Amino acid sequence: MPTTPLAAPVDLDGVLQRHQHNPTRLLQILIDAQDLAGWLPAPTLTHIAAALGIPRARVEGVAGFYSFLYTRPVGRYRVLFSDNITDRMLGNDGLMDALCRKLWVEPGKLSEDGLVSVATTSCTGLCDQGPAILVNGLAIGQLSHRRINEIAELIRQQRPLDLWPAEYFRVDDNIRRKDALLDLQMPPGDALRAAIARGRDGWLDEVRASRLRGRGGAGFATAVKWESARNAPGADKVIVCNADEGEPGTFKDRVLLNSYADLVFEGMTLAAWAIGASEGFLYLRGEYRYLRPQLEAALARRREAGLLGTAILGTPGFDFDIQIHLGAGAYVCGEESALIESLEGKRGTPRIRPPFPVVKGYLGRPTAVNNVETHAKTCLIALYGGEAFADTGTAQSTGTKLLSISGDCAAPGIYEYPFGVPITRILEDCGASDTQAVQVGGAAGICLANYEFHRHIAYEDVPTAGAFMVFDGTRDLFDVARAFVHFFAHESCGFCTPCRVGTSLLKGFMDKLADGHGARADLNDIEWLDRLLKNASHCGLGSAAPNPVIDTLQKFRPAYERRLVSLDFEPAFDLDAALAEARQLTARDDPGAHLKTHEEDAQ
Amino acid sequence: MKQFLLDGQPIPFEDGQTILEAARAAGHYIPSLCWHKDLPPHGSCKLCVVKSAGRHVSACATPAKDGAEVESNTPEMNGERRGILQMLFVEGNHFCPSCEMSGNCELQALGYEYEMLTPRFRHFFPDRPVDASHPDVLLDFNRCIFCELCVRASRDIDGKSVFALTGRGIDKHLVVNAESGRLADTDFTKDDRAANICPVGVILPKRTGFAVPIGERSFDGTQISTETLKEES
Amino acid sequence: MTTPVPRKLRVATTSLAGCFGCHMSFLDIDEHLFELVELIEFDRSPLTDIKDVGPCDIGLIEGGVCNSENVHVLREFRRNCKTLIALGACAVTGGLPAQRNHLSLSECLREVYQFRPGVENGQIPNDPELPLPLDKVRPIHEVVRVDYFIPGCPPSGPAIWKFLTDLIAGRTPRLTGGLLHYD
Repeated sequence: MPTTPLAAPVDLDGVLQRHQHNPTRLLQILIDAQDLAGWLPAPTLTHIAAALGIPRARVEGVAGFYSFLYTRPVGRYRVLFSDNITDRMLGNDGLMDALCRKLWVEPGKLSEDGLVSVATTSCTGLCDQGPAILVNGLAIGQLSHRRINEIAELIRQQRPLDLWPAEYFRVDDNIRRKDALLDLQMPPGDALRAAIARGRDGWLDEVRASRLRGRGGAGFATAVKWESARNAPGADKVIVCNADEGEPGTFKDRVLLNSYADLVFEGMTLAAWAIGASEGFLYLRGEYRYLRPQLEAALARRREAGLLGTAILGTPGFDFDIQIHLGAGAYVCGEESALIESLEGKRGTPRIRPPFPVVKGYLGRPTAVNNVETHAKTCLIALYGGEAFADTGTAQSTGTKLLSISGDCAAPGIYEYPFGVPITRILEDCGASDTQAVQVGGAAGICLANYEFHRHIAYEDVPTAGAFMVFDGTRDLFDVARAFVHFFAHESCGFCTPCRVGTSLLKGFMDKLADGHGARADLNDIEWLDRLLKNASHCGLGSAAPNPVIDTLQKFRPAYERRLVSLDFEPAFDLDAALAEARQLTARDDPGAHLKTHEEDAQ
Repeated sequence: MKQFLLDGQPIPFEDGQTILEAARAAGHYIPSLCWHKDLPPHGSCKLCVVKSAGRHVSACATPAKDGAEVESNTPEMNGERRGILQMLFVEGNHFCPSCEMSGNCELQALGYEYEMLTPRFRHFFPDRPVDASHPDVLLDFNRCIFCELCVRASRDIDGKSVFALTGRGIDKHLVVNAESGRLADTDFTKDDRAANICPVGVILPKRTGFAVPIGERSFDGTQISTETLKEES
Repeated sequence: MTTPVPRKLRVATTSLAGCFGCHMSFLDIDEHLFELVELIEFDRSPLTDIKDVGPCDIGLIEGGVCNSENVHVLREFRRNCKTLIALGACAVTGGLPAQRNHLSLSECLREVYQFRPGVENGQIPNDPELPLPLDKVRPIHEVVRVDYFIPGCPPSGPAIWKFLTDLIAGRTPRLTGGLLHYD
């Protein structure tokens, strides 16, 4: 009999009390409740629903939405392999196979003794030091077969995680190029003092003069967003820092939060000063959970220093504090309205817009959601003024940009450049050679072929949230696109028809080609699906989902064509494999018990 | 009066009306599955997608705008609608010949409206349960299209929240408000609004399935566009 | 110069995993059959008992694909027919036979051949003469390229007649005005 982890009643009351029995904190409650028992058995959901006075179905709905919440038993050791293309390029599949073999467990399943489960997860943001895993939520990078052997042994010995070698859990910043932001040595509070001295209006004027645009990728003017939130009716405005850095290949927010947390929190406080907000949230992706203790410590220090709380820096009426909300494995929550739903303890489904969050956001209150890097950048504006900020970069893209560089290069890591830097320069700096393509902006971004490397990083040319994945001449761009298609199918929230079904259909076609059953007809269907996804999806996830395929079909078409086994049509499924079960049941293996999936012309 | 152009035809509207509401009030059909006049717009099925100023928007959730030019009943938009219908058909198990909603089903009727002759793609043939536990109502999840009309009607009209969606992406599915997962263990009744709002054949009152014979049902003789405009005028 | 007599179109039909209901419905075009035989001649079909399909203009396939023989027949039709038509719900969607798809094949076969009441010492037939069943029943467009689809269980006689007359006359076939039905 397999033994499952204990589903015995645990002390949920402590968890519920810590969150004031507040249904808005449902996601946080579920995360904490899971920490007690390892998973969320059905009676736990029932108990939580009753205690919060909300329908059980709603609790089940939320618990089922997030990848890191488990309504079925999982191992006491939960190993998740990051499955970004950069992890795949570093051989994560071989490492996962090795670990599974050593632990006698199948991927995606629970071992018979309930000890361990091994599966894949979307990019964990350690692309510069992969292949990477999460063990019970903690990140381990730089995996090798040797390290996998050691980990298997530790798990077999049931060694508690806090007794594992500390160097496993070391996550490096790998900062390779510093510019204005990463070079900034600012005593906490200096930017705030400067902004307070300018007054709320004067401070907003500086931000306007800086022409700062959102670093999350979309590039919306920060001052316009703040002004809209400030002018929106409702006194209880909210600042949200979007640290749900889920875009595959992006990890610059991780570094900012690890080593520049004060700049981020100070930036949030600067936003609160401009908008008149009293409440702030840092929405921290579940994959970066290990950063939470040090972030809480930074917040505590800032409260002690009078940089958070009531009458910040002695300014009457300037009351603001920040709390950290954890995500639980859902890329779509990087979309600001989905993030707000998640903050409210719901399924992370993007809202209908308008109304926009600046008018009606968190709990219906005007809410300004900004990226981690955007918040940090505002410190520079407060210190040196908007004009000075706008002096670097290009006319339409002012300031600098952090890039997360990974893939085929000698020195992966964080690079800060003024906007306008050409791709060639970046490739040179990071030690890339024989580069075939660069994926800028992550899975949702753009794939550039080598004849486009003269282009520049800027909103008006190649916009990016920061991901920069390098592929040399040995890589197959079809594999790259397929990895991203898998990612989107996994991360689609399922709200709208085109994205829910379209991403799965697209995945089916890409797998068909990969399995050697592709036909010209499939390429037509792929292109048709690309258009429908782009046009009809509810949010940016669905409309960006076909990007990798559209780009690679245009620029690396032979990578698809050489996989075709027919210029006409091939069956939608593997005919011979579809007979395997019948062969087994009848113990037949005669020629009549087989089918050729690819029909030879000579037949 | 303010107006916008729908496929070149002027459509008058009042402030607060969506493109879909104004169009239907003026006798122009825009299709929908997840929209219902008694509930706020949801915008998930995407059948009502129209092109406004060159951008695709959900007509059910987009306020009408004075002077806007909207494309809806065009080969391009209707082609996309057919594609979305095909997606809904392959994702679930929609076997019309054995479904007691056949003839009253809006998904099927839209298939007829947009001349969908084939589901086109590979069928997913998902494994989904049937729940016959309730004395008066059968749940056949095979046909769920995730419009959430039952979820919203139960929550917002009945005040019960009998239904919710869980899972994510293609694994999203409908659940009921009971630890057992059985409808019989909820406070659902056959007179709930949620019991009478499913546009397809998931929520079926027992013992009445064939009271109206096949051939004499809502969409057997009439197009859903005609029927909808008649109802809403 | 004499006007050549238009060549009759050669039509083949078959039923795979179907019930022949679509073929019965085909016969329901009644007196139109007389018009039809002026325009077409039959190749392989249950109506002619010809066993192998030869070069044809039109192939009509009833039924889904449930076993290896269905695959062979379907491919033979595709190779020989310039235009291939899925006729009826089973060919278009898998239909009634596809209702077994949520069960595993071994459940199905064991239930029928081993555990059925009255069966003693039953075993799943394994004669090499028998076609093996596929794990799932599929619509025909998942196995070969299909040119046209006529849904319905069965499609009505008038629907089949409209479709064929459109096709023979060189018009893209359309089913409107109540002729399009999935049930």
